[in-house]
Amino acid sequence: MQPNLFSSTLTVSQLTFHIRKLIENDSELQDVWVSGEISNLSKPNSGHIYFTLKDKNASLRCVMWKTDAMRLRINLQDGMAIEAHGKIAVYEPQGQYQLVANQIQAKGEGALYQEFLRLKSMLEAEGLFNPQNKRAIPQLPKLIGIVTSQTGAALRDMLNTIRRRLPLTKIILAPSLVQGSDAPPAIVHAIESLNKNSPDVIIIARGGGSIEDLWAFNDERVVRAVANSKTPTISGVGHETDFTLTDFAADLRAATPTAAAELATQITLDDLQLQLMDYKSRLINLTLNLLAEQKNFILTFASRLKYNSPERRIESEYQNLDELSRRAYSSLIHRIQLHTSNVDGISKRLQSLNPEGILSRGYAIITRKDDGLVVSKVSQAKGDLNVRVSDGEFEVKRNS
Amino acid sequence: MAKTKSATQKSIEDLTYEEALAELESIVEVLETDQKSLEEAMRLFERGQALIKKCGAELESAQLKIQKIVGDSLVNFEEESE
Repeated sequence: MQPNLFSSTLTVSQLTFHIRKLIENDSELQDVWVSGEISNLSKPNSGHIYFTLKDKNASLRCVMWKTDAMRLRINLQDGMAIEAHGKIAVYEPQGQYQLVANQIQAKGEGALYQEFLRLKSMLEAEGLFNPQNKRAIPQLPKLIGIVTSQTGAALRDMLNTIRRRLPLTKIILAPSLVQGSDAPPAIVHAIESLNKNSPDVIIIARGGGSIEDLWAFNDERVVRAVANSKTPTISGVGHETDFTLTDFAADLRAATPTAAAELATQITLDDLQLQLMDYKSRLINLTLNLLAEQKNFILTFASRLKYNSPERRIESEYQNLDELSRRAYSSLIHRIQLHTSNVDGISKRLQSLNPEGILSRGYAIITRKDDGLVVSKVSQAKGDLNVRVSDGEFEVKRNS
Repeated sequence: MAKTKSATQKSIEDLTYEEALAELESIVEVLETDQKSLEEAMRLFERGQALIKKCGAELESAQLKIQKIVGDSLVNFEEESE
């Protein structure tokens, strides 16, 4: 020891300085984790944070300077159980030793994170998170199952989102605790109950919270139930930055409960209305085209029918008849002309044979007066005779 | 076509939205690809119009139905009023 240090009276400053040297030279005290409950929390405008860490039997003054305080991820509150890291220092004006903290985390966070990593690599090795096992989420679900707390904003947000996007669907809610040690079996039971109702998709959701609040969704039983669900699953746990093992096990991970509700309703009412309009116009156009086609068809038929109608045949028969009668007439005329010229010839020839033609050349026809016999021989000349010449007759009295 | 035939035997009120839409789709496809007699085409058109009307009415009047699991049964879920 150093006997001469205590051989004379020390000033308070000397003693305090000595104690400070002792503490600050102890390397273990300069890199220490300490756990306890916060009390006397003070956050003055300077940005530094002052508080006391307590457990059942002791207390420790703590300070966190502004530069470290700005990086804090959790909102410190009196009564909160934390783990703080830093160095032990002595505040000489008050003769107090204190922890100058540079890191603070919620109590158990470090252990939780280790557990998270262990479970993650184990389940990963089992293939629970395999991307090729992810199933497609139905685009137009008729029935959506939801596992979440019956009270709270997450459920309200999801119901509003689904009501706005696809009010046609039905929802079955399986209410469940979503934090605390009873939450994991409750969530598992909810997932199994929903599967019995054969929904098209199951949303597993919880609003934002601290890592402990979300811890149920890292529970091995929950993660296995999600991975084993017969129905495709969407997880929507916490905020964008929160990742849980449930997210890895689900078929689809959504950043928030609202986003999960959107991913569960990929086809919306608006889409369906557009689709229906499309069918409607196609149906009407098709039918109009068909009718136009039929009308054309009928028009073609009508003209063919008219072309082949009896009326037209009658007209054509008339025409034939006219033609025939014209031909008959002209052939008749021809024949008459032919006959006429024949008659002329015959008549001329007849003329030349007419005995009366001979008379004009000086010949006479002599007949017997009593019996009219033509006398062509002398022996026939008996009694009175009649002589006929070209312009008349006269009698010849014979003296016999 | 067999699908359409069997579906047409169901009255329109008994069809779900999905069934009605599927039948509508097959009617439009049949009209687009097959040569049908005018009578058959008009029958399909009328059926299609009725299906469109039904689907449109369902979209108009759609109201989110919410049930919750209580024990082994389903009960209607009353949302908290805000």
